[in-house]
Amino acid sequence: MAKVSPLAFGAALAIALLVSVTVAVTIGPANIRFDEVWRSIASHVGFGVSPLTELRDGIVWQLRMPRVLTAAAVGAGLALSGAVMQAITRNPLADPYLLGLSSGAALGAVSVLLLGAAVLLPFAAFLGALLALALTLLLAGSLGAITPSRTVLAGIAVSALASAITSFVIFWSVTGDSYREVLSWLLGSLSGARWPAVAITMTAIIVIGIPVMLTGRLLDSFAFGDVQAASLGVNVSATRWGLLAASALVTGAMVSVSGAIGFVGLILPHAVRLIVGPSHRALLPLSALLGAVFLVWADTLARTVFDPREIPVGIVTAMIGAPLFAVLLTRRKSST
Amino acid sequence: MTKANEAANIPREQPPGALAASGLEARRVSVSVSGKLLIDSVDCTVERGTLSALVGPNGAGKSTLLRALAAVELPSAGSVHFGEHDVLTMPRKPRARLTAFVEQDATTDSQLTVEMVVKLGRLPHQSLWEADSKDSLSVVEDSLATVSMTAFRDREFHSLSGGEKQRVMLARALAQEPQLLTLDEPTNHLDIAAQLDVLAILSGLTEHGVTVLAALHDLSLAASYCDHVIVLSGGRVVAAGPTKDVLTEALIADVYGVRASIVANPVTGRPMIGFSPA
Repeated sequence: MAKVSPLAFGAALAIALLVSVTVAVTIGPANIRFDEVWRSIASHVGFGVSPLTELRDGIVWQLRMPRVLTAAAVGAGLALSGAVMQAITRNPLADPYLLGLSSGAALGAVSVLLLGAAVLLPFAAFLGALLALALTLLLAGSLGAITPSRTVLAGIAVSALASAITSFVIFWSVTGDSYREVLSWLLGSLSGARWPAVAITMTAIIVIGIPVMLTGRLLDSFAFGDVQAASLGVNVSATRWGLLAASALVTGAMVSVSGAIGFVGLILPHAVRLIVGPSHRALLPLSALLGAVFLVWADTLARTVFDPREIPVGIVTAMIGAPLFAVLLTRRKSST
Repeated sequence: MTKANEAANIPREQPPGALAASGLEARRVSVSVSGKLLIDSVDCTVERGTLSALVGPNGAGKSTLLRALAAVELPSAGSVHFGEHDVLTMPRKPRARLTAFVEQDATTDSQLTVEMVVKLGRLPHQSLWEADSKDSLSVVEDSLATVSMTAFRDREFHSLSGGEKQRVMLARALAQEPQLLTLDEPTNHLDIAAQLDVLAILSGLTEHGVTVLAALHDLSLAASYCDHVIVLSGGRVVAAGPTKDVLTEALIADVYGVRASIVANPVTGRPMIGFSPA
C-alpha cells in the first residue's frame, strides 16, 4: 500500500490546524471575519494594531479562542494517549475509555463537582484516571502475565464499576438544573472552556505529551511483545508503567476540562496508521495533530449545528467515531 | 566497526586473548516461576563461534533456560558470562548489542514492513530520536541480504509465510550485530526446505565468529548441523558435548523413552537418527 510521507502529512496537518483554529473562531452566531481574528490575537499579544470593539473582541478572545484552543489540545492529548495505549497493550482497540481511564476520571470529577469543590476538579479527575488505570492493570496482572486481551477485559470491568458508581452519585445527589450540567459534562463538552482550561490542557501537552511523542522507537519495539522488547535492550516494565502513567496524566488533564469525550483516542491513531504506516516515531506526533484538527471541527459542529442550542461534543465524536470504528472492524476481519 | 560498537568496546570479530575468546558460560543458573523450580542449577558452556543445539523433551525447560541465558527474563540465581561480559548484570543497551534473541513463533498485529522489523534491531545502537545513520542502514541491508529477504523489504511482515517470517526475525537479530545469538525453536512449523535454510544461515554465521545456541526439537537436524549439543531434561543438563559423543542411542532412550537407531547419512556422512517406540 502506498503510504504518504510522514513529513509531508505532518506539514499538511500543521497548516490545517492553523487554518482550522482561525476558521473555527469565525464560525458562530456572531459573524467574525478572518482579519478580525488575527487583529484580536495581535492586539492581545502586544502588537500596535487597532483593537476590535469590546463586544467583538470579547467574543473572539474571551469565548471562542480559548474554547477552540482547548478543543485542539484535548483532541491532541486524547489521540496521543490512545496511540500510546494501543502500542503498549498491543491491542488495536485500546483507548483511554477501554482501559477505564475516562470513567475513573469522570467519577473523580463528578464526585467533587457534586461536593461543591469544583476547584479540585482537575486534581480529582486526574486521581480518578490514575486509580482506574492502576486497578485495571492490577486486575489484569492478577490473571497472570499482563496480556493485551486481559488488559482490555479488566478495563471493561473497571469502567463498568466506575460508571455505576458515577451513576449512583448522580442519581443520589443531583437535582433539577444541575442534572443537565453534569450530564453534559459526562458526555463531554467544551462549552465551559476559558483560558484556565487552555492553560491546563496546553501544559499537559507541553510537559508530558511532547516527551511522550519522542518515545516512538521504544513503542515500535513492543510490536512483537515484551520478550522481544527486552531482547532489544528496552526496560519493559519501566517503559510500560512510565508511559501508561504519562497517558493517565494527559487523559486526566483533558477529561478534567472537557468531560469524557470518546472515540478520539480510538479512531484517530488508526486513521494515521492507514495514511503513513505503523512506525510510532511518525504515528505519535501525527495522531496528536490530527486529533487536534478533528476535535476543533467536532466542537464547532457541536456548538453550531443546532444553533442556538448546543450539544455535547462527545455526541458528535461518537456519531462520527462509531461508524468509522465499525468500518475498521470489518477491515480487520478481512485482513486476518 | 560501527561507532556504537566502539563506544561499548565490543569487538565484532573474534579478538585475540584467551579471556575474550571464551564463549558463553552459565554457572548454576536456576529459574523458578511462582515457587516452581523450572531450571535447576544448570551449568553449560557454548564455545565461541560454534553452532550448538539445546535439545530435550517438551517441558524440559529449553525456552526458560534460553530466556535466562539471553537475559530477557532474568534467572533467580546463577551467573552467565560471555567472554569478559557479565551478561546478567551488564546494562541493557550494551547487552542488546552483545547478544540477540529470537523467540518462538513471533507474531504481531502491527503492519510493520519487513524493513521496519529489521530496523528494530538497530534500537540498541541508536538514541531514541536520531535518524538512521548510513552505517545503520548498511547493517540493515547486510542483514536482509544474509537471509535473502532483500526483495521482500516492503512486504508487510504478517503477510509472509512461516519460513519467511523466521528469516526476517533472524535478520532483525543480525541487525543488532550480536556476538551471541540464541534462538528458541527457529525451525518450528517450517517445511523441511525452510528448516534446512534457517540452519544453513545459522551455520554460516559461525564462520563470522558469531556464537549460536538454538533450541531444537528435531534431533536429526541438530545432529546434521550442530557442533555441540546440550541435552536438557526436567530442568537439568543431563549431557553436553560434541554431537556425536552425546546423541547416542542409549541417551535418547533414557531422555525421550524411545528407541533410536543412528546411522550415517549416505550423502553428508553426518549422523541420522530414526525412531521406533521403546
